[in-house]
Amino acid sequence: MADRMESALNLERPGPGDGDLLRVEDLSVHFPVMGGGLLPRRIGSVQAVDGVSFSIRRGETFSIVGESGCGKSTTAMAVLRMQPVTSGRIWFDGEDITTWGPDAMRPVRRRIQTVFQDPYASLNPRMKVGAIIAEPLEVHRVGDSDARRRRTADLMKLVGLLPDMAERYPHEFSGGQRQRISIARALALEPDLVVCDEAVSALDVSIQAQILNLLMELQERLGLAYLFISHDLSVVRHISDRIAVMYLGRIVETGRRDELFSSPRHPYTQALLASAPSADPALEASRSAVALAGEPPSPRNPPAGCRFHPRCQAAFGPCSSRSPELVFEGDSAAVACHLFPPKA
Amino acid sequence: MTSLLDVEDLSVVFRTERGALTAVNSVSFDLAAGETLAIVGESGSGKSVTALSLLGLLGEAGRIAGGSVRFDGEDITRPEAERLRRIRGNQIAMIFQEPMSSLNPVLTIGEQVAEPLRLHKGLGRAEAMAAAGDLLERVAIPDARARLTDYPHHFSGGMRQRVMIAMALACQPKLIIADEPTTALDVTVQAQILDLLKSLTRDLNSGMILITHDLGVVARYADRVAVMYAGRIIESAPARELFSAPRHPYTIGLMGSTPRLASGPKARLATIPGQPPDLAALPAGCAFAPRCPHVREACRSAPPPVETDAGGRRLACYGHG
Repeated sequence: MADRMESALNLERPGPGDGDLLRVEDLSVHFPVMGGGLLPRRIGSVQAVDGVSFSIRRGETFSIVGESGCGKSTTAMAVLRMQPVTSGRIWFDGEDITTWGPDAMRPVRRRIQTVFQDPYASLNPRMKVGAIIAEPLEVHRVGDSDARRRRTADLMKLVGLLPDMAERYPHEFSGGQRQRISIARALALEPDLVVCDEAVSALDVSIQAQILNLLMELQERLGLAYLFISHDLSVVRHISDRIAVMYLGRIVETGRRDELFSSPRHPYTQALLASAPSADPALEASRSAVALAGEPPSPRNPPAGCRFHPRCQAAFGPCSSRSPELVFEGDSAAVACHLFPPKA
Repeated sequence: MTSLLDVEDLSVVFRTERGALTAVNSVSFDLAAGETLAIVGESGSGKSVTALSLLGLLGEAGRIAGGSVRFDGEDITRPEAERLRRIRGNQIAMIFQEPMSSLNPVLTIGEQVAEPLRLHKGLGRAEAMAAAGDLLERVAIPDARARLTDYPHHFSGGMRQRVMIAMALACQPKLIIADEPTTALDVTVQAQILDLLKSLTRDLNSGMILITHDLGVVARYADRVAVMYAGRIIESAPARELFSAPRHPYTIGLMGSTPRLASGPKARLATIPGQPPDLAALPAGCAFAPRCPHVREACRSAPPPVETDAGGRRLACYGHG
């Protein structure tokens, strides 16, 4: 508890409202663990997200990368207010929306949209594609039906679909086309921020490339910011301006794309980069074998001290007892590791 | 060099509601002992069906419609069922993507790893269980012997895949077919599992066929690569040569579509236009012709023949050279 307070106070970045579109401060999301028996009761909690802070500027792509169970998707869900927050604060465009109710959130929801991994599951199979894309416009009562139809046609063209496909159903489309439909719907209300949760993970590589290019083009044309959640380091490297690496509920390192990939400092970031194979046999031949042994422990019972220490080859004295703070160096690079203590 | 596996002109046809689909079309490749061949391709390219057909695991709707598969010099496309079962369990092992659905949830890990040892090696119960403990140790499961009495749900995805590998290795197979073995796993665990597979096959001098969609995995683990598109192998070559100088326009497109760790900031990826073809409605000529930037007259009339060059590269394209 104490070290979380410390890490919050340690943020050197100035307060909210200075050009950050989204600012998340000391966010924690804990899930209750219920015990069995006649009267189920809470016997513990899973610390899915524990003291996470980051910010996203307008027009920027900020990615959270990490393995299953690291808390990256839960963080995104909390930002979307689709997941109750245990503690911490979320500012959007200078306003603290952490505790806003549905009515107050309504105008904010227009401005934050989502694209999920599975376009098969997120599109209503009984609705025609035109109606799916126009639905957010109807819900928010934007324009009359003619204006909505014109806007839908424009959106379809924007994402590379033919407007006359509006009368078809989702099952008539391929996976890549369905993801284009999801993107068109997400853009209907002219959002400032699009949360992409594993948005290209289910696609074949040639289709994935088309969608990544589309996302980058749309960002340039519309000034969108992306919160990009992914397990795929090659994709993250390709699309991001800044990146945060999560391990077991915490950000272990964050920085600008090139800094993070060319000189990763946290031992987990280093291991993650070394584990990801690159499509280059010469580079691969020069690599050493297994980068990281073992598997992440359960977030229900995380290790004391640094959560990575039981698997860390560089672990020393303080790592097993004291949790390292995320220490900023400059305005964007930060690492939470006792090898890099705060400068006195 | 004699081949461990020699596949020639293999075709696989499935009966579907929309008529007969040729999922694998005149595919030829070979594999030497100790070698790893990656078969890459996107969904529907026929890479997994090729693997399943080698083991006669096509199910009711599929059948081998032509060609031959010679394993250790013997055609195994139409052997008597009993003989195939012996080869399958003994000399060819298969590892699938989803270890949870390949393990029996109501049997202990020990019982399942011991089973092939009793079946194919004729070991007694206690002997087989002791050997199962050894195998789990070899695949680096911590505290292996104590975990013989655990059930599959006690194991993580990575640990289950280690169990599958232990079972596959139980009879020291000559050929291991791994179909997307790490697609469901996290990247650090993927590296552990593939490193393990690679070192165990090296110890046994087994051949490995690695089915994958991931060009990074191919670059790290394969000696040779075959690229499939719409049921055909359109290019195959030693891995380094394929990556440094891809020749088929589809291979070039696939490489360009792959974000690399070394790529520039926010550079656009070179994409392949359009969608993969519908196997039920393939064009008369080259299946890639409708998406190919170098398409010419001949491409639309008949599929290009496979040509082999001096360096061992095989290419099916009219436009090369």
